[in-house]
Amino acid sequence: MAIFINEKTPILIQGFTGRIGTFHAQEMIDYGSNVVGGVTPGKGGSSHLGRPVFNTVKGAVDETGAEASIVFVPPPFAADAIMEAADAGIKYCVCITDGIPAQDMIRVKRYMRRYKKESRMVLTGPNCAGTISPGKAMLGIMPGHIYLAGRVGIVGRSGTLGYEAAEQMKALGIGVSTSVGIGGDPINGSSHRDVLEAFENDPETDAVLMVGEIGGPQEAEAGLFAKEHMKKPVIAYIAGLSAPKGRRMGHAGAIVSAFGESAAEKVEILKGCGVTIAPTPSEMGSTVAQVLGRMKKVA
Amino acid sequence: MDIHEYQAKELLSKFGVPIPRGGLAYSPEQATYRASELGGAVVVKAQIHSGARGKAGGVKVCKNEQEIADAAEFLLGRKLVTHQTGPAGKLVSRLYIEEATNIDKEIYLGFVMDRASERIVVVASAAGGMDIEEISASQPDTIIRVSVDPAVGMQQFQAREIAFGLGVDPEIVNKLVPAIMGCYRAFRDLDAMMVEVNPLVITKEKQVVALDAKMSFDENALFRRPHIAELRDKSQEDPRETYASDRGLAYVGLDGDIGCIVNGAGLAMATLDMIKLAGGEPANFLDIGGGASPERVTKSFKAVLRDRNVKAILVNVFAGINRCDWVAKGVVDAVKELEITMPIVVRLAGTNVEEGRKIIDNSGLAVISAETLADAAKKAVAAAKKSA
Repeated sequence: MAIFINEKTPILIQGFTGRIGTFHAQEMIDYGSNVVGGVTPGKGGSSHLGRPVFNTVKGAVDETGAEASIVFVPPPFAADAIMEAADAGIKYCVCITDGIPAQDMIRVKRYMRRYKKESRMVLTGPNCAGTISPGKAMLGIMPGHIYLAGRVGIVGRSGTLGYEAAEQMKALGIGVSTSVGIGGDPINGSSHRDVLEAFENDPETDAVLMVGEIGGPQEAEAGLFAKEHMKKPVIAYIAGLSAPKGRRMGHAGAIVSAFGESAAEKVEILKGCGVTIAPTPSEMGSTVAQVLGRMKKVA
Repeated sequence: MDIHEYQAKELLSKFGVPIPRGGLAYSPEQATYRASELGGAVVVKAQIHSGARGKAGGVKVCKNEQEIADAAEFLLGRKLVTHQTGPAGKLVSRLYIEEATNIDKEIYLGFVMDRASERIVVVASAAGGMDIEEISASQPDTIIRVSVDPAVGMQQFQAREIAFGLGVDPEIVNKLVPAIMGCYRAFRDLDAMMVEVNPLVITKEKQVVALDAKMSFDENALFRRPHIAELRDKSQEDPRETYASDRGLAYVGLDGDIGCIVNGAGLAMATLDMIKLAGGEPANFLDIGGGASPERVTKSFKAVLRDRNVKAILVNVFAGINRCDWVAKGVVDAVKELEITMPIVVRLAGTNVEEGRKIIDNSGLAVISAETLADAAKKAVAAAKKSA
């Protein structure tokens, strides 16, 4: 089953005909994702990569029955594209775009609340690598081949650090049910907590690796959720142990501005919530292996 | 992006926030001239991108021309060290000369982008003049928090609630409300990430004025705020960071001796962590972005090498969409072109990693290849110690 996407999910590409959209759409098609078409305003009626192009997301949904979309639209227009997807009835949207103004994202989040929770679109990103359910579908810009299909969920802010985790796991023969990038921006679609909840409810996921970083309250929130509501074990690594306070480390959201936002503080909070901590970034895979080993013994 | 106090005040006053009269000076002579325009006692304020300037001697109350000239002479060209600047301090090259204010009451007023509620949140306290950290530690009961619904924006009643909550006289409330609303509109309309007026002062003459002001802006929104982007003052930045950011690289200067070149912010942070855990000190954070193209690799080496403390360089690239052999070739070419002689440790992972490592190993250069993140950090730390 995995979460958010599988081999059947009909996918739309927003920003389909641009250079980046084209490249990654082809990669997704090659991976086996069910890409049913794309949207580029003004190019509706044409065909691209053998799929139809539409002017509006609504038009595309009507024609193709698309349920998921991925946004490659440039920063000034990306918030608009996400809201268009939400309004057209898309159920799951990944936004790859890096550089969306924070106030635009606040507007997006507020706009999405107009829809009832049951029918509200799930957004992950922006500024993320996307989501992959290995062996089923890829809705992102990651190298698909580094993921082994399996039963451990990954949720993380960073693209390449998530790849690092997946590769370490693959080397140990541990597969992934779904890997979800939530992105490095301060205001994002889904939090670590939201994705943990989805994994907890997924019968094909046994444990979750959370790859967090400095800044913001989301890792601590996720820890509390794991403690109170999760039966599945959570393993975490928090990047940015050596980051100085008040400095932005690449990601717009990676800045320590309040208590509880440094890596050391987050690690303490998570430990207190019963989350197993990977002590170094090169031990993400082995820590997951240890936890899985313990689970087997108990079972 | 941060701006100076005088720039923040100028912006806020356009939104109806009252500020004391003042003028900018680049020399002692200009300082005394500005003071003569204002008349009476003045305050000479060093303009640097940092709070706590008063404690660092950057704010001086002057009664006569001689005192103004002396204060300006003392401050201009000096590096002020505050707890926010780091030990290197920040250079004072501009002074703001402002009329003195008869303070009756000091208020803290701050606007932040609150990540937990995903809204703009207003924080106010009657215990102004101190850092908000100090206030929340010593007088947490005085803090008022109001969150703004993004659908409709801040409403007058919310500003009134804050004003009455601060315990000021009703006649002052009527002056405080427009100041609070003005700060909010400036925050919203200029894509700020933070607006802080500390203190917002009620004068003995029963006026409300912003005595100090700090604003910082969302760098992602500068494309639509060109007049804000113009306010950037590169003299307040670490020159290593200015060089890198002018070339589109995300770089943060640190104090160690191992230069780092990594693709992806998370992996870059993790690489710094790994160096620390291996007993070394990173010289910088650098994210070359997802692409890791040969020209970006070359640019990154140039940026890292501008730091004279660097004794070894660690390159860590997870090639996803591109291939390791392509990245390896970029690294080898850059090392040759720039004639780098210090030890370089290269760790590649991802697509075509074997071919990539072969290119590194057969390059004839003194480049050390590493397999894992831990291995790379260990080798880089050893190399830096050896070449120290």
